[in-house]
Amino acid sequence: MIGRTLVRIATAAALLTPALALAGPTLDAIKSKGVLRCGVHTGLAGFSAPDAKGDWTGIDAEFCKAVATAIVGDPKKVEYVPTNTQNRFTVLQSGEVDILSRNTTWTATRDSTLGAVFLGTWFYDGQGFMVPKKIGVTKASELDGATVCVLPGTTTELNLADYFRSKGMSFKPVVVAELAQLTQAFFSGRCDVFTTDISGLASTRLTAPNKDDYLILPDAISKEPLGPLVRRGDWEFFTIAKWTLFGLIEAEEYGVTSENVEKMKAESKDPAVQRMLGASGDIGKGLGLDNDWLVRVIKAVGNYGEIYKRNIEPLGLERGLNAQWRDGGLMYAPPIR
Amino acid sequence: MARRRSDVRTADPLRVLSNERTRGIVWQLLLLAAVVGVGWYLFDNTQHNLAQRQIRVGFDFLGREAGFEIAEARIAYSPADTYGRAFLAGISNTLWVSALGIVAATLLGTLIGIGRLSTNWLVARLAGGYVEFMRNIPLLLQLFIWYGLFTELLPPVRQALAFGDLAFWSQRGLRIAWPQPHPAWQVAGWALLAGIALAIGWRHAARARQQRTGRQWPMFVPAMVLMVGLPLLAWWLSGAPTDLDRPVLKGFNFAGGLVVTPEFLALLIGLSTYTAAFIAEVVRAGIQSVDRGQGEAAMSLGLSPAQQLRLVTLPQALRVIVPPMTSQYLNLTKNSSLAVAIGYPDLVSVANTSMNQTGQAIEAIVILMAVYLAISLLISVFMNWYNARVRLVER
Repeated sequence: MIGRTLVRIATAAALLTPALALAGPTLDAIKSKGVLRCGVHTGLAGFSAPDAKGDWTGIDAEFCKAVATAIVGDPKKVEYVPTNTQNRFTVLQSGEVDILSRNTTWTATRDSTLGAVFLGTWFYDGQGFMVPKKIGVTKASELDGATVCVLPGTTTELNLADYFRSKGMSFKPVVVAELAQLTQAFFSGRCDVFTTDISGLASTRLTAPNKDDYLILPDAISKEPLGPLVRRGDWEFFTIAKWTLFGLIEAEEYGVTSENVEKMKAESKDPAVQRMLGASGDIGKGLGLDNDWLVRVIKAVGNYGEIYKRNIEPLGLERGLNAQWRDGGLMYAPPIR
Repeated sequence: MARRRSDVRTADPLRVLSNERTRGIVWQLLLLAAVVGVGWYLFDNTQHNLAQRQIRVGFDFLGREAGFEIAEARIAYSPADTYGRAFLAGISNTLWVSALGIVAATLLGTLIGIGRLSTNWLVARLAGGYVEFMRNIPLLLQLFIWYGLFTELLPPVRQALAFGDLAFWSQRGLRIAWPQPHPAWQVAGWALLAGIALAIGWRHAARARQQRTGRQWPMFVPAMVLMVGLPLLAWWLSGAPTDLDRPVLKGFNFAGGLVVTPEFLALLIGLSTYTAAFIAEVVRAGIQSVDRGQGEAAMSLGLSPAQQLRLVTLPQALRVIVPPMTSQYLNLTKNSSLAVAIGYPDLVSVANTSMNQTGQAIEAIVILMAVYLAISLLISVFMNWYNARVRLVER
């Protein structure tokens, strides 16, 4: 009797304690609930934004679909949690989401002090400036004394201060937490300049009353490797998510697409493709999944190139740094073997 | 037999519990234990989870370089300063807008409160309409409206509304010509302080004389001479500088002059017009609480209407007004944290940014809570002191 009461108390205590107290709890929770909880942007075309049917599109949202497919086998089993720049890390730290896939810059501080760790680079970006054409500015060095709209709590905010300091120029920031309010302030003329990652500028420019009134300056003032991140401590989940990222890049390199993946698995004589798609070796089992995992993922969302083409090219951005390393870009996955 | 019964009484533990005093102590101890236990559980759980997730804790980040710019601050701040200094800059902005807001809301609220009691039908209805309109629209919405007015409706900086070459008003805010820095202004400032002190001294002396002899000294003219004339004299004696720092259009914006940003203006006006509606009601209730007979008695003693208000009605109304007024001041100060929605860099805005740059969420929230608690307690202490002074002394 007393024993049973103790068990009940212990169970109650275990339920009250956040699920993280156990080993590998994130992966267990995803498997048992059959859903991956994914922190995304509140709405940034090309990265994560809900479409007319309420389904999330964009490369960051699609990465979550890929991880969900790898673990629970279905790209629809994702619960999207929209976050802004100010609450994104807290949402991850507190366990409200399993993964944060929200055009977030990979830096040493974030990798070391947040209790989170980046998986890799999903999109190479750089910070740029957008100005109304009518102010007649053509390069960043002409911006001395400008009023700049910037999102708070971003690397952008720090780079901006660094850039103006290093050039001995001055500026006035206008800092509003919600992107929609901030772009409204910029379009209304409260600021001379809007600054964020160049991809974000391209996406924001599409929402302008008249996009041809605005110009994205050619200067990139920083390196912004954007990538997804997960909490520290659940290394099985970390490894699966990280190799899903690499798997999608590797698939593009070897020409495996959502169209031909089954055929490639059955027919390809390339040992690298065979290993990647589980026709030989035990890569999937080593990750704690089955050997078909990457086949499933590629069938559901396509390889990195397909994801990029579907989401980023409509913004008018070329592959640039995000091309495969063989094509002069930086996308380079470690070998899957 | 009797002896045995008393033995039973002392030995029975239930008897001890039926003692009211003992029972009270036991319950209080149990409650204390429960509170301490829950507190400990929360603390321990947080510590455990922070350690588990390898999140760094501690306040040492306050000494690190902040690296982000703050649009405006009452203290000198640059991105090369520390997070600690950034927090101070945020606190200075919160205090500044709260203090000005309290003064503006009190003046406006008092006027409207008195207006509601006016015998003029139009004035009374207008004041009543203001109160109902302002206090029934959420403050956040009002802030968005003010901010929208100041950034969308005003002209761009190059077509700024000009008031001679002394002031310009555009989307970028208000630029006002301001005296060039000169030692004379400091001297005048000190003279103003001295004038205020002397005026207070004059009032004390006049009171003492009236107590002793029943005769009054004039109050208004000497006080004005001391508080206005003395600073003017000091300014004139130390060189009478009249150079103004005029705003001039240069590059992207005006340079020079005093800047009032649209964010600050929207927040200040939003906070004070909103709180004024509540203060008006407090003032109206206070004045109505004073019995009419008091005013009639004062009149029959031969006091002028101004004296009647100052010496009879107001002192009795204040004891009703001051306590709820404290709550309104506290509300205004706390509502200033809505600044974050329209981009005024108050304490919450700075704390949010710091939290995000460093990941030190718990520490930043602790600082936020401590600062707001301290400001609120200070306002309470001051208002309680003032309340004790104006409270009715019954004889």
